[in-house]
Amino acid sequence: MKRVRSLLPANAIGWLLPVALVIVWEAASRLGSIPANVLPPPSGVLAAAAKLARSGELVQNVWVSALRAVSGFVVGGGIGLALGLANGLSSLSEKLTDTTLQMIRNVPHLAMIPLVILWFGIDEEAKLFLVALGVFFPIYINTLHGIRGVDPHLVEMGRVYGMSSFRLFWKVILPGALPSIFVGLRYALGIMWLTLIVAETISASSGIGYMAMQAREFLLVDVVVLSIVIYALLGKLADTIARLLERLSLQWHPAFQAKS
Amino acid sequence: MLATALLRDADVPATSSRNPAAPAAGLPITIRNLDKSFGPKAVLSGLDLHIPAGQFVAIVGKSGCGKSTLLRLLVGLDRPTAGTVRVGDAEAERPSARLMFQEPRLLPWARVLGNVEVGLDPDMPAQARRERALNALQAVGLADRAGEWPSVLSGGQKQRVALARALVSQPRFLALDEPLGALDALTRIEMQGLIERIWREQRFTAVLVTHDVGEAVALADRILVIDAGRIALDVPVDVPRPRRRGDPRLARLEGRIIEHLFNDQGLDI
Repeated sequence: MKRVRSLLPANAIGWLLPVALVIVWEAASRLGSIPANVLPPPSGVLAAAAKLARSGELVQNVWVSALRAVSGFVVGGGIGLALGLANGLSSLSEKLTDTTLQMIRNVPHLAMIPLVILWFGIDEEAKLFLVALGVFFPIYINTLHGIRGVDPHLVEMGRVYGMSSFRLFWKVILPGALPSIFVGLRYALGIMWLTLIVAETISASSGIGYMAMQAREFLLVDVVVLSIVIYALLGKLADTIARLLERLSLQWHPAFQAKS
Repeated sequence: MLATALLRDADVPATSSRNPAAPAAGLPITIRNLDKSFGPKAVLSGLDLHIPAGQFVAIVGKSGCGKSTLLRLLVGLDRPTAGTVRVGDAEAERPSARLMFQEPRLLPWARVLGNVEVGLDPDMPAQARRERALNALQAVGLADRAGEWPSVLSGGQKQRVALARALVSQPRFLALDEPLGALDALTRIEMQGLIERIWREQRFTAVLVTHDVGEAVALADRILVIDAGRIALDVPVDVPRPRRRGDPRLARLEGRIIEHLFNDQGLDI
């Protein structure tokens, strides 16, 4: 095992399985085991990607989807972080809002789609609203949990050593809550893509989900598969960025020291 | 670890030269008629105490006798129910007091140097903070670990970093709340030597709360036994320093204090 590891870059090992799957898939398609109208071969999907890239459609749709995802994430995540911090730091704020938030949390946010369409139509606001609502809760709950979990001994130490409230927050409470906030962040990223896919598939006039639905109308299976692959890649990209940020800001954490 | 041995030879001149303005001497402490109760339960009642500037006082007593409460009152973590606590001239604010806890309480997300800098005024220029923190680390023999994360240090090393953090601002009063209670016996002896040496150099007023009567007689100028919220015994330790471990005078004193601690409860040993 050690020898295999030393031959490959540390991250490459995770790609072995996807690459193997693609090879098996291609081979099965060429041998005729999988009919092209059920599942086109990877080369066919690539060809579709190349075609759409040349026409500019692909870049346009990916860009629109990514923009929706990011803006919804920033809005929902920002509110979640702010409320999580407020409720973690102030018991008044928590008493005031937590019951309401817990009730809303138990409504699956995708159940709001009919209402959202009535409110916003199928415009950008609808998708932004759904994504924001979806990412809000994991970030809110994990931020709150992180702040609750900060060692009270350290907070007391900060007070004894004369830290101002701001410094106490910045030097003790926030760094202490950060590992938990990152858990929420990564979880929220998954929900972000999920929500966006559903929202774009149901009602959109651009974006990857729209591209997939259009392709379905014209029985372009290769484009449908391409859309799914793009979602997978974007999801992986978002997770990689989150992990990188996590590793950068949690260098002190023993779990991250062992790896480096 | 040979750090202490090294320190004794190499560091003493360095520490005296690093403070061109000699460190401010300790603060006197005066407690008058102090009461502290938590709800209906009186923890300290009618306590009077004067500690001259620069004295090293050890407070011993059984669990729950109120000794940690007294220490918390001294550093301003709690307010008295009645009576006054004066450290120096000020009654309420005492920025020159520092407390060392039983646990190191280091910030896991700050490097060793950053943890020591917690003890400094945040408004001080970064360069000066760094220099002073490094000096404090050198005084506890950990200058070479400045860039490490606390998680890689041993228990004794972490507690030495906590000591550096407590001392970096050159406090005029240092409160120690069983700081060595969680360390193994050998590390504890080493740390006692370190605390005594630094105290002799800097001459702050020190109040040590401990369960370990041996530690109290080894370090302190004066020992207070607290029982049921009052000072039950107040004895000077007039054995000259440096004190030798196993000195019969210290052993006799230790015996006397332990006897007192238990006789009060009517237990004969």
